[in-house]
Order: sequence, then structure tokens, then C-alpha cells
Amino acid sequence: MTGPVIIFFVLAALAVLGAVSLILQRHPIHSALSLIVVMVALAGLYLLMGAEFVAAVQIIVYGGAIMVLFVFVIMLLNAGEEERTNFSKLATYAGIPLAVATAGLIAAAIVRSSGGLSTAGPNGALTSTKTLSMLLFLDFVYPFELTSFLILVAILGAIVLAQREN
Amino acid sequence: MVPTNYYLLLSAILFGLGIVAFVFKRNIITIFMAIELMLNAVNLAFVAFSQALGKADGEVFVLFVIVVAAAEAAVGLGIIIVTARNRKSLNVERVDLLKL
Amino acid sequence: MSEFLTQYAFLIVPIVKIVILVLIVLTVDAYLTWLERKVIAHIQARWGPYRVGPHGLLQPLADGVKFILKEDPLPANVDKATYFIAPFITLMLALTSLAVIPFGPQHFTIFGYETHVGIADVNISLLVLFAITALGVYGVALAGWASNNKYSLLGGLRSSAQMISYELALTLSVVGVLLIACDFSLRSIIDHQENGNLGLLGWNLFGFSKDGIGFTQIIGFFCFFLAAIAETNRIPFDLPEAESELVAGYHTEYASMKFAMFFIAEYTSMITVSCLATILFFGGWLSPFPASWTFTHYLPSLLLIPFGVWLIFDGIRYETIFGRILLPGVGAVLTLLGVALALFPVVNEAIQGPFWFLGKVFAFLFFYIWMRGTLPRFRYDQLMSFGWKLLLPVAIANVVLTSAYILWRMH
Repeated sequence: MTGPVIIFFVLAALAVLGAVSLILQRHPIHSALSLIVVMVALAGLYLLMGAEFVAAVQIIVYGGAIMVLFVFVIMLLNAGEEERTNFSKLATYAGIPLAVATAGLIAAAIVRSSGGLSTAGPNGALTSTKTLSMLLFLDFVYPFELTSFLILVAILGAIVLAQREN
Repeated sequence: MVPTNYYLLLSAILFGLGIVAFVFKRNIITIFMAIELMLNAVNLAFVAFSQALGKADGEVFVLFVIVVAAAEAAVGLGIIIVTARNRKSLNVERVDLLKL
Repeated sequence: MSEFLTQYAFLIVPIVKIVILVLIVLTVDAYLTWLERKVIAHIQARWGPYRVGPHGLLQPLADGVKFILKEDPLPANVDKATYFIAPFITLMLALTSLAVIPFGPQHFTIFGYETHVGIADVNISLLVLFAITALGVYGVALAGWASNNKYSLLGGLRSSAQMISYELALTLSVVGVLLIACDFSLRSIIDHQENGNLGLLGWNLFGFSKDGIGFTQIIGFFCFFLAAIAETNRIPFDLPEAESELVAGYHTEYASMKFAMFFIAEYTSMITVSCLATILFFGGWLSPFPASWTFTHYLPSLLLIPFGVWLIFDGIRYETIFGRILLPGVGAVLTLLGVALALFPVVNEAIQGPFWFLGKVFAFLFFYIWMRGTLPRFRYDQLMSFGWKLLLPVAIANVVLTSAYILWRMH
């Protein structure tokens, strides 16, 4: 058990615990906090894989902006705890095994089709920000401009939606 | 080094948990958070492949996914605020005006 | 024993450095509160803390004891998990941000482990600092919400909205520095400002450069400093925690130890922002004098010896007996330190970097306190329009100007 594998298992356990806590918590704000834990754990995993810029962007944008938006909306709408309505028994007894079976199917497909990917990639080198930005602004400049336009449209949409009708 | 399979398995597990949360929770905002969890699981798979193949294209795509998720979260939460104002409840089962 | 130390040095050395840094920072925080009260008092033509120990020097100790011994109430109907987590998050993030700041240029080897003055040297240290700033919004928002109090909720939401708005201007104002230095690492940003014999003019504030391309970052510095004051919720941007407006904003319902955590977190983030401002715009540990003027290396001794002698002569005539012993004692220690620095050139060289770094950081902290004593606070709508309509366009203009200049010079 080398160092990186131990770190991987710690971070993976943290991510899975956060996801399970998202499902099991009753109050949406606790679910939001669990999702933040998942995102920070994933940022740690990106760092382990050498993607340092993506890890930082994950925390700054996902953890520091998108989840803050979620927390604000939960606070503004005064979301309370979930009510206990009558759950159909079929959903619980057939649904959960079905979900586990789906995940197991995907996992089996991954493990069986590994081939050239089962070993680690080339040296665990860090992806420099320069490489990333050369790709982003030279090869992928068209999607980049499109996403900036998308953000503009989203801002306008959010402003229009959140206005009160006078 | 950590084999790529481990990352892909973790991504599949997180995606499955996202689906379970999406199907079983009744609060609109929690369902939306399950969507974000699924997007994160996919991001993890992208970065894992990017490391395995040695190219940085996967990471560029992760940046695009994060940006699109941000835009989607903004508009989606706007819709949720309007729906909550109209139906006076955040329970997804109360939004049933189109039911037969 | 030394075998064990050599094998696990990669774990033990950082832990020892963390413990030392946390102890130093907590002491500096405590005496920063003393300095703040003294400076504001003198601005307002009064004395400030004077009784508790000579010149009020034991006042932080008394405050600490008060925080520990005070009753820690739990308001009714609060969300217990979130109520307890919020101050922890704030304090943890504030202290973590100190891990990536380099305090001096030296690299040294302990037990075969290569290390430097600073805890972690990552390639993306600036991005790590921004990530921690971005996460800092949670402590405030969750504290305001968990308190089950209208004023706390309002103060918490206002404060988080302010922090998010000024975060944009903060990160954009630094892009000019990044364009010049081409690297996120704080150490390489400082190394980039070390331009041979230019000294003061090589700093990013003035931006002259012998072989590279530099552009003055004055606009960036002003945007950064104003945005940072808004981020740390200090006057003139502290409406969300102003006493006459919202009781105490998001930390109304917090008492004793939890309030002390918010307090320490605020002063620690002040220190972090001052460190960042010196590293990015004022050359970090670089001396303002050109490197060839080696006689300026005696400046620390030149400052310490007269100050120590003055302390001795002033302390002997102090009112209380305790003061008459303590103050001359401290003065004697400082004088001896100054003399020792002048006599041992090896130690003198080692201390140059941290001396200038700490000097500049204290200048910024004094400026923070000065602003608190002098300026009135913004109204909330003025605050938000200042952030979005003035700081953000000016920061973007800075980026455009810097990149235009760099492109022009590259041809």
C-alpha cells in the first residue's frame, strides 16, 4: 500500500460518505454541506491525479460559488425538513436493489474492458496551467466563446426569473 | 500510482448514489443537488482518463462542464424560486397541476 | 533516534513548523488587538488600555481569560450542528491560508530534508489562497442562518453577498501580477520582482524591470487592497457587523469561545491579506534599497538599538513597579539583540528577508487600523454599487492595460 493509494482510499471514502449523507439527511442544508464535503474530496482527488488547476477551479467555482448559491436559496426559501409522506413500498424494496444493480453493471463493464487502462498513466506529472491554457485558447477557442455566451444568457435568465411581478 | 480503474469505479459509485438521491428525495433543491453530484462523478471520470492518456483535453472539458453546471444551477434555482413562490411548497409531489 | 527522525522528517518538520507558526500567529493576533485599541485611542485623543500591565500590554491576556471563563449559552431552537460548525469553519480556513505564504527566501536542510521558510510551497499557492477565500463565505452565511435570529440572518446574508461581490474584484485585480510573473507560485512572484539593482522600483507596484516586461500595478494594488478590506469585513465596509445597525450581525448569538473564534479568524485574515499585498505588489521579502548597498543590512540593528535604549530610559520612570521592571527589561533585551545582529553578519544576513517582510506586513496592518479609526462606513447599497460598478470595471481595465502593454513590448 503505497502513499498515493492510501490517500486515494481516504478521499474516496470521504466522497462516498458525503454522497450517502446527502441521501440520508433530512434537512436540505445538511445535504448541501455534505455535497460540499464531496466536492472538496473530489478536488483532493484531482490534485492526486496531477490536475492542480482543475482542483483549484473546482473549489473556487463549484464549492465557492455554485454551492453558495444553493445555500442562499435554501436560506431564502426557508426550506424546512422533509415531511414523511407515505412511501410506496415497491419503490424501496425494488428500487434500491435496482440502483445497486445499475452501479454494479457499470462497474463490471469498466473492470472487464480495462485493457490498456488498468495500469496508471504515464509518470504522475502535474498538468501545467500553461498546457491547459494553450489548449483552451488555441484548440478549444470556439467552445470557450460559446460558454461565455451561455453564461451571459444564464445571467439574464436568472435575473428575469427572480424578479417579482409588479 | 493509483490505477485508473479505481477512479472509474469511484465515479460509477458516486453516479449511482446521485441517481438514488434523485429518485428518492422529495425536496426540489435536494434533487437539484443530486444532479450536481452526478455531474461531479462524470468530471472525475474525465480527469481520470485525461491522466491515463497523458493529454490535457479531458481537463479542458472538465472546465467546460463546470461552467455549464454553474449556468444551469443559476437558471435552475431561479425556476425553483418562482415555483416555490407559486406553489408555496418545496415538495416535488405538490407540483402536480398537469396530473390526470 | 536520528534514524527515525531522518526517515520521518518529511512528516515531523512540517508539523513542527505548523505548531510554531500557529503559536506565533495567535500571539500576533492578540497583540494586534492591543495595537488596534491603542492606535484608535490615540487617533481619538485618548489613551486606550493603560492599566492592565505597563501601557496595557497585558490587556490581551485579560481578554483571553475573559473569553475562556465567560458563559457559553446555547440559544433555543438553533440548528445545533450548523451552529457549532460555523465558527470552526471560519477559524480553520483563516488559519489554513497561512500555510502557503512564504516568509523568507532561505532554503535550509534539517535531518536531510530540504525545506524553506514557510510551510508549503505549491505551484498554485495563489489559487489555493483564492479557494480558501471563496470557501470563507460559508462560515458567515451558516453562522447567520443557524442563529435562529432575524438580525443574524440579515447580517449573514448581507455579509455573504458583500464577500461574494468583492471576491470577483479581488481575483481580477491580481491577474495583472500573474500576467507579468507568468506563474501562480508566490515564491516565483517575489523572485520575479528581484531585478538586480533596482530595489524599490523593481517591485510590482512600480514595475520597472531590467530584462523582463513589467508594467506598474498601482491600479491593481488599489483594487486589491479595497476588495480585501471588504472581504475581511473591516471598516469602511463593515455594515453587516456594525453595532448600531444590526446588533452585531452574524455573530450576535455567539458568545465567549465561539465569538473568540470569529474574532481570531478576522484578525488572522487581516494578517493574511497584508502578507498577500506585500508579496504581490511590494516585493515580499525584498529590501527597497538596491542590492549593492550592503550597508543597509545594518538597518535592523539601527532600529533596534535606539528603540531598546529609549524603552530602558522611559521604563525606569514608569508609574507601577511592575512597569519599572518589565519595560527596561524588554528594552535591554532589544538592545542586546540589536548589538548581536550588528556583530554576527551570518545571523544578520539570515534575518534581512523576514525583517523586511514583517516590516511591510506591519505597515499594512497599521494602515488597516488607521482606516478604522478615521473613515465612516458605507451604506449597504453604496457598498454593493462600489463593488460592482467601480471596482470590477477598474480591475478589468487593469487587466486590459497590462496585457496590451505586454503585447506591445513583445513586438
